[in-house]
Amino acid sequence: MHTVALTKGVPDFREGQVSFDEDGHLERGETPTVMNPNDKHALRTALQVKVRNGGHLSVMSMGPPGYGDVLGEAMESVYADDLYLLSDRELAASDTWATAITLATGLEKLEDPPDLVFAGFKTADGETGHTGPQTCWCLDWPMITHVVALDVDEAAGRVRAKRLVEGDIEEIETVEAPMPAFIVADPEFEPTYRKAAHRLTLKDLRAETRERAEDHEEHLTTWDHADLNLDPDYIGLDGSPTIVSSVDPIPKAPAEREATMVDPADAAGMEELFEAMEPFAAADGQSAAGD
Amino acid sequence: MTDDYEHYEAVVVGAGPGGAAAAATLARNGVETVVLERGVDAGSKNVTGGLIYAEESAPYTVDGIFPGFREHATERPITEYYIHNVAGESVKSFDITAMHEHDTEWADAVLRRKMDSWMAEQVHRLARETGGGLLTDVKVSGLLEEDGEIVGVTCEELDPIRADVVVAADGVNSELAREAGLMDWESPEEWFQGVKAVVDMPDGTIEDRFGIGEDEGHAHLFSGDLYDGVRGGGFLYTNEESLCIGNVFHLDSIVEERAEVQDLLDRLLTHPFMAQWLGEEYEEREYSAKLVPDSKKAANPSPYEGRLVLVGDAGGQMQAQGPIIKGMNHAVTAGALAAEAFVEARSRGKPDSVGARYERRLHDEGVMDKLRPRRYRVAAALGENDAATGIAERALDSPVGRLGLRALDRVDALERAYASPYLAMMMPDTSVPYATLPAVIGEALGDPVREENHVEPPTLEERIGDLTYDTDVGNPHIVVEDNSFDASGAAVTACPVSAEGFGGGCYRDETVKQNGSEERVVSLDTQPCVECGTCAVVADTRWEHPRGGKGVEFEQG
Repeated sequence: MHTVALTKGVPDFREGQVSFDEDGHLERGETPTVMNPNDKHALRTALQVKVRNGGHLSVMSMGPPGYGDVLGEAMESVYADDLYLLSDRELAASDTWATAITLATGLEKLEDPPDLVFAGFKTADGETGHTGPQTCWCLDWPMITHVVALDVDEAAGRVRAKRLVEGDIEEIETVEAPMPAFIVADPEFEPTYRKAAHRLTLKDLRAETRERAEDHEEHLTTWDHADLNLDPDYIGLDGSPTIVSSVDPIPKAPAEREATMVDPADAAGMEELFEAMEPFAAADGQSAAGD
Repeated sequence: MTDDYEHYEAVVVGAGPGGAAAAATLARNGVETVVLERGVDAGSKNVTGGLIYAEESAPYTVDGIFPGFREHATERPITEYYIHNVAGESVKSFDITAMHEHDTEWADAVLRRKMDSWMAEQVHRLARETGGGLLTDVKVSGLLEEDGEIVGVTCEELDPIRADVVVAADGVNSELAREAGLMDWESPEEWFQGVKAVVDMPDGTIEDRFGIGEDEGHAHLFSGDLYDGVRGGGFLYTNEESLCIGNVFHLDSIVEERAEVQDLLDRLLTHPFMAQWLGEEYEEREYSAKLVPDSKKAANPSPYEGRLVLVGDAGGQMQAQGPIIKGMNHAVTAGALAAEAFVEARSRGKPDSVGARYERRLHDEGVMDKLRPRRYRVAAALGENDAATGIAERALDSPVGRLGLRALDRVDALERAYASPYLAMMMPDTSVPYATLPAVIGEALGDPVREENHVEPPTLEERIGDLTYDTDVGNPHIVVEDNSFDASGAAVTACPVSAEGFGGGCYRDETVKQNGSEERVVSLDTQPCVECGTCAVVADTRWEHPRGGKGVEFEQG
């Protein structure tokens, strides 16, 4: 059993981390790169398969050499056995199409062909949600998206999943596919470890990986376009049919409301507050003050 | 009923000293063992006074089972032991080190988070080799039964697990022991309640203030009129860089006197006698509480039912007789004996005989007689009645009684009597030895304390605020069955995180007006609960532990 989880490094868009210039453009140099937050769903799904079914788990990404740290982070959270980074200048500025071709080629190059590949649910920077499905299309595998629960029957070579229909938690269908298969995990995916043996395996993996993740670079394989035998005309900027003509910042909605802070210990301030609130209470036809 | 439940030869519930000793002994004998601990970490749900003893007479000691235990898991060895008789601001102290050393190979102060989490690592390593291991954050919720026989356990976080033996080491409030009908929460007389503060002592202050070296430690007990007649006493133990200071009272006495137990702790902390040790700056690391079984009454003489065996507090195996306070060592011995019993039962091809073999070992190895001493049973029959108590109190308090005490003291007979393990074993549970005698001794023979105590203990609100909780929102683990004040009002004062007139605790006293009449009721908010179990005994509740990983998390214990 060989499973691969795909991940991507994205700018850390959290408050206090992300940095924009005056025109509202992202300052890449000032903003740290982190693992795409949605990829944790893919990683959790892959981990569940490793814990329940065993086998070898790899994490793969495409990006600049600095993404090695992102992969190291992924290794720690998913207890991965090894890491693959597809990286060189020819791959820069790829759109989802060129990225999908590159990832699919990387997956096919793996010595031990994967049985399952997991992708997250759209990235925090592009937000297209295309790369996973396009990669699967290149591989010509069955794909199950919006997966919230997963069972692997290794002996039968099949995978069974529960998935959200139209992204709605109220509507869940159960589907089956032969392996190899491509799985896109939904944010609603919750791994279940209801056996003591599962949790003991998790504990073993955690202990093993703690040592491995400390020098994750030793477990990292980097492939460039030559290793992948990819024609530069079909990858990177040259291979990307998407043309971004311009990016416009969305103007912030003007705030129309004013807020005044009142210290509850300030009796006069509180008095004013109650007076200000009174019309609203009266409008409800009831006394807010109580008897 | 499905057949794909997991099976382990042994399931041990709880990773305290009893569970750890059982699991380590089972694993060393090649028994596939899984340990299920409900805390986020072993020791995170545990509180002790606390000293752990290695007894010369015991078949197992904790350092025998876990080599390196004293080096890694304990604080200071106790090299001096005193009891202080307090009357107002007069104190008469006796050195009872001789009693402490009787049958003692060594005794160390411990903090449970450090101790239990270290043992859990050893247990996991040993048990993993058998195909099992130790899991935290898993709460065993009940017994798995088939055709009326116990065949395993059910859990909140896991599917049911089958086992050939279930070791219930799930503590004083053992839900498994209660489900099997082997223990109950009925009588306050069978329980003590301990309330404790762990007090920070910066590097070097213990050596200075106690006049001891780095590898020496003190134990102090306090009794007398400190506590308004509530039966019990105080303790102080030196850790490496902290002190454990607390009280242990008979729960029935707490209920009778409507005592606010946190105030009684403050009474001890602020007594002038404590000033010599506490200094100017008081910093409390942690406030905690625990129910303690009184083994003389609560130790189950036959602690098993089918494949279920009880060890440690779950079986009431906590010896508290006057100044002799030993629980963890008995849990360790019992755990190892239970494991031994299973290994033997299995090798004879009769795994179901584990319980009978365990019971026999507890008796043959002398554990049961320490827990339920024959001498106490005789003395209690004579001494624990109101007439005898009244006569003793009047005699002690009379001029003749005081004269007698002075005469005894001149020849050191009192100190020797206090240091006698023989007498301690037969001490009756009345106010005479706990309050009257110490107070009379303190008054008649004690020297006044002149130091000024500067300690300002935190309020109950601050103490609760300093504790770590992971609240299971919307899923309270305690439900009040009868909220009338008559049925459950005792919890308002006896609960260590509740007080009359305090709105931030577990139990609150309320007056409800309804249809022109007034009714006094109690309401409950389980958020500040420290899971001691007091209310399970003194109020009418449906009491369970929180789910795995939820509830209070002790950092010190």
